Amino acid sequence: MPHVALPEGLPGISAGFAFRPETAAPMRELAHILLHEPNSLAPGDRELIAAHVSGRNHCHFCYASHAAVASAHLRDSTVVEKVRADVLTAPVSPKLRALLVIAGKVQQDGKLVMAADIEAARKEGATDLEIHDTVLIAAAFSMYNRYVDGLGTWQPDDPAMYAQVGEQLAKAGYLRPVIQSLVPR
Amino acid sequence: MPHIPLPPDLPGIRGAMAFRPETARPLNALVEILLRGPSTLTPGERELIATYVSSRNCTEYCHHIHGAIAAAHLGGNEALVKQVKTDFTQADISPKLKALLVIAGKVQKDGKLVTAADVEAARKEGATDIEIHDTVLIAAAFCMYNRYVDGLATAQPNDPSFYRERGKRVAREGYVAVSEEYLAQRAPLAAR
Repeated sequence: MPHVALPEGLPGISAGFAFRPETAAPMRELAHILLHEPNSLAPGDRELIAAHVSGRNHCHFCYASHAAVASAHLRDSTVVEKVRADVLTAPVSPKLRALLVIAGKVQQDGKLVMAADIEAARKEGATDLEIHDTVLIAAAFSMYNRYVDGLGTWQPDDPAMYAQVGEQLAKAGYLRPVIQSLVPR
Repeated sequence: MPHIPLPPDLPGIRGAMAFRPETARPLNALVEILLRGPSTLTPGERELIATYVSSRNCTEYCHHIHGAIAAAHLGGNEALVKQVKTDFTQADISPKLKALLVIAGKVQKDGKLVTAADVEAARKEGATDIEIHDTVLIAAAFCMYNRYVDGLATAQPNDPSFYRERGKRVAREGYVAVSEEYLAQRAPLAAR
């Protein structure tokens, strides 16, 4: 049961967003810019960073959603699972691997990011903007995850729902709701 | 030294925001609504929640500046701000705010630590649903702002007087207004 009277039938963050549209608007805009707008990092790569942080925060709704968006972009659902299992051996570019290491540190504490981590990412071709966005994506998901968990939102365990939402978010981005009310089971 | 080239005249989150004005706008809009928008919690109370979370995350810039803003809202009471950082259970604040700080402290670690009993305790002291929601989101949002400021290794002066005057100004004018001074003249990255 959610800790506050969230609208019924809306899973995860969509319930928090519907409960408080004033704060939803900038939160949606931030996710849209970071994950969906044109960037030298592909949307699939940025979604892998979001899924990686959400997985490490054990936020089921966020992990399942962004894993699905990443899989929709990549047309491959095995990559996100391999990233979750082990970043160091996952089939991603050396640049993305270095950025995922930075994101994993930010997830714990931003102060853990060392000059050597940044140097390693730069050596693989990461730009200042890509490093900035990696840090902010990891920081932002440290917020979204805590918001979703801290309100005790309903986080269904329905892979088909996440797959469908993932396809829609990959296409449309984050500015407007894509999840319709579902009947709680 | 920051991990990426940030404007040297802008410490903390301001340098990061100037680097990327596109993301600065929703970041400022969110903090403006949460800490200064219409609410039954006073701006001083909400700034104390932000200060407490930032202090637990050991982010110097954020806990100093939000502590200074909180003090400005609370008639310059820096001692109260310090007491909330060190042990809020002994601070001269309402039982409702204490119960909300318990929730915020749990969200700072992991949202899943918030229990029905924590929420019940806050309700018993008069907290409403929206106050509980906003407490959770303020705590969650500062886990973002803190990581953003620390993760880029921004400049974080350790001189309280540096923050005191700025705190008064932000308390007076607000986040969006003061951000315009360093965002207005910067073109979006896409246009550079």
